[in-house]
Formats: sequence, structure tokens, C-alpha cells
Amino acid sequence: MPKSYADLLREARDQIPEVSVQEVDSIAPGTATIVDVREASEWEQGHLPGAQHVSKSYIEQQIEAAAPDRDAPVILYCAGGIRSLFAARTLADMGYTDVKSMKGGFQAWKGAGLDFETPVVLTAEQKQRYSRHLLIPEVGSAGQKRLLESKALLIGAGGLGSPAALYLAAAGVGTIGLVDFDVVDVSNLQRQILHTTARVGERKVESARIAINALNPDVNVVEHEEMLVADNVARLIDGYDVILDGTDTFETRYILNDAAVAAGIPVVHASVFRFEGQLTTFVPYEGPCYRCLYPTPPPPELAPGCSVAGVLGVVPGILGLLQTNEALKVLLGIGHTLAGRLVLFDALETEFTELQLRRDPACPVCSDAAVEARKAGRPLAVSTVGGDAPFLMTTTGLAGTVSPEARA
Amino acid sequence: MSIVFIPSVLRGSVGGAKSLEVDGDSIRSVVDGLVERHPSLGGQLLTGDGDLNRFVNVYVNGQDVRYLAGLDTPVAPTDEVRLLPAMAGG
Repeated sequence: MPKSYADLLREARDQIPEVSVQEVDSIAPGTATIVDVREASEWEQGHLPGAQHVSKSYIEQQIEAAAPDRDAPVILYCAGGIRSLFAARTLADMGYTDVKSMKGGFQAWKGAGLDFETPVVLTAEQKQRYSRHLLIPEVGSAGQKRLLESKALLIGAGGLGSPAALYLAAAGVGTIGLVDFDVVDVSNLQRQILHTTARVGERKVESARIAINALNPDVNVVEHEEMLVADNVARLIDGYDVILDGTDTFETRYILNDAAVAAGIPVVHASVFRFEGQLTTFVPYEGPCYRCLYPTPPPPELAPGCSVAGVLGVVPGILGLLQTNEALKVLLGIGHTLAGRLVLFDALETEFTELQLRRDPACPVCSDAAVEARKAGRPLAVSTVGGDAPFLMTTTGLAGTVSPEARA
Repeated sequence: MSIVFIPSVLRGSVGGAKSLEVDGDSIRSVVDGLVERHPSLGGQLLTGDGDLNRFVNVYVNGQDVRYLAGLDTPVAPTDEVRLLPAMAGG
């Protein structure tokens, strides 16, 4: 016997319990999966806080990802409370045992004066550009918006900074700061793919800006055409969410480390030598810092830079991309960073090795004693920690430096 | 015999070998064995007092010996020992 819409609606009401907006509002967060079954265009106008969006058109295909446990409570809502009743019947048919529909839907919710969230709405151009990110649940439009609002600072627009800058820009990281005082040299082009033959002799930060904006004009490039030193480091890193260390001197790496720990900004570290690279992420106080890993720098003959020792061009390329992966995870708050782990890469063997790192309880920069001393306005001096930490910053500048000749 | 992995920056001191098999039941005896065979490593790995230089990290099976027992960290015959100096290139 044919059934009318009224018949179907009555059957659905008989089968599916309904809950009021007040009841839904009083549910403790996390105790039920709340699913908005409206169309995307309605979702974009606003939705319940913490709700997930699964359009009724896709409910059979997508509900298992949103609500994997068939015995856990699920509450569906739509605009007025009808579509959610029918969607709930589908879930009941699929074996969900605790499905309810919110009476009156989102209109009743708003009418009751309850809080709602308006999701990030990307422009049509952005939806196209970042469509492969939007398809990934871990990124999605909220993650993409987060990237667009993020600020990443690259120390060095060279071998490591080149792939990092390009992929951060492609990913839509909204602000990319570049610290580099150098000009493009023809010998850079074997690996520094931000720059071009036509731009030899130009300032690297300017050459990088041209490359970044050619790839993604949305990115705001901040040019810091200066050498990172103790006197300017706090100003240079201020306001950035993550820093990618791609410098080629120990002096800069220690200065950056100390300031970033004090400012609480994660630093993604990489360094290269011929066919080898090292990579880790220093998340202040969650894992070790650079000084925990290397309390003192080696003498120059044990640590020549690329201009002295040479480097296979792809090695900084690979390490720079791994740095970018770390930076994106930090910005998105997903996955597990390399905090507390050092990855070694050997290009000749195509071999990755992982070593465990620990916070040094006597670290002059990130130990509890160092934090307390800094709070008290008396940063630990080298002598008080019994170490021989180089370049420890004092109020008057550096306690020690590497000579220019020793720099790679 | 433990396997000691030599970083490329130190390979010149050991005739280019990427790894060496060295006898010894502690980091101290492994390092001493290395230095005995390749004396020029001595100045790079050890201080004048015979301690490990702080710019060379030593790992046993992925763990930093500074957080184990330093030079007295025991080494089993199948353990992997890795010497790791910092690198600066970018």
C-alpha cells in the first residue's frame, strides 16, 4: 500500500525519540555525537557548537566516519526537525541503537537564544586552491583557515629554507617571514630552488618573495633583511607561531634557540653535511632544546658548513621538506612532532635513523632553574650551571661568539 | 664486537670506514679501542682529562649515554654505538 509523506513522518516520529533544544544544550560535551544533516550551504550559516556535518544526502556513506560506535548516543538535527527524523530512521536501519532527533532543529536552537558557531568560509578561489586539503578530515576548512591565519618564520632563505618556503606557501600559511641578509649567488642555485639565474645578485628575501607570491599571491611575505643576532632576535621572532631553523652557523642556532625557548615558540631544526642531515622539533618545555642536544658547538674543523664541505643539493631539499611537515603539524595541532626525537638521514644509503633525545635537567636555557631565573630577570650565567655553554645571552649581548672565519 | 657508526666528518680519521667493529664492554673501553686503532680520533672525541667532549654525542641503541652512565655505560656485543657531532650546514 502506498504511503504518503504524512504516513512516513508519523512512522518516523513513532520510531525515533525526539529531544528538545534545551535537553541537547544540557548534554555534557563529548557524551553524544551531534550531527548536522543539513546541506553545506545551511551549515555555513551557523551550526551547533561541536557538531559534525554529514549532509542527509551522504548520511549512509559518511555516518560511520562521524559516529563509528553504533551503541553510542547520536543526536541528529536539521533546520526544522523533519529531515533529521528521516535521517535517524536510516541510522536505525544501519544498526545504530541510540539515535535521537532534535525537535525544532536549528531554528528552534537559535530561537531559544542558544550559542552557535559560524564555520570558516573560504572564498571560492580558496576552496579550489586548497581542495586537496579540504578533503582531508584532519585539515578541512577549519584547519585551512588556521593555516591561513598562521605565521611561520624561516631563518635563512637558502638550501633548507627554499623547499620550506615554497611548500608553506603552497599550503596556504598566511604569513611567511624570511630572515636573510645575503644576496643570490650562482653557486646557491644547485639547491636553493627559491631563486633563479635571472635573480643572481638580488637580495635573497626579495627573490624569495617573488617566488612565493608567484606560487600563492595570498601569502604575506615579511622580509627581514638582516643577520639574526642577539640584539634583534627577540624582535625578529615576535608573533610567529613556528620557526624553521635553516641557518648555517652554530652561533645563530644557539641565539635562536635561547630566544625561542624564552618566547615559547617551537623551532623545527635541520642541518646538513654532504650526504647527511639531522632533523628534530624543539617544542619548549615539552621536549629538549638545542642546548640539551648539543651543549657546546664543535670546533670549526669538525663542523664545516656547506660552502666548505659541500652538500648534495637534494639533501637540504629533503630535510627542508621534512621541516615543513613538522611545521604544518605544529600549526594544525595534528599528529606527533619529532619533539624528543632526532632523525638522521643518510642519502647514500637512503637510510633514516631515529635517536631519543632528553631534556637536560641542568640546561642553562630550558631547565626549571633556568626558567625561574629568567622570570626573576636574572638569566643563568654560564658559570652558575657549571657548563661551558657558548653564546649565552646576557643583558649586554653575547657572552661568547664564534669568529667570522669559523663560520661556514 | 659492537658496531660503532662513524659520522662522515670523522671518517677521514678512520680510513673512510662508515662503521667499525670494536671490542669492549663499556663506552669507555669501546672509545679507548677506537682511539688505540685510530689515534687521531682521540683529540676529537676526548678532552685532555679523558672525558667525552661535550660537542660529540654518543648513543647506544638510540639512547644518549649522557643520560645513561656516560663513559661507564655498558655495551653488549650486539649493541649499536653511534658517534654524533653537531652539524651546522643549512
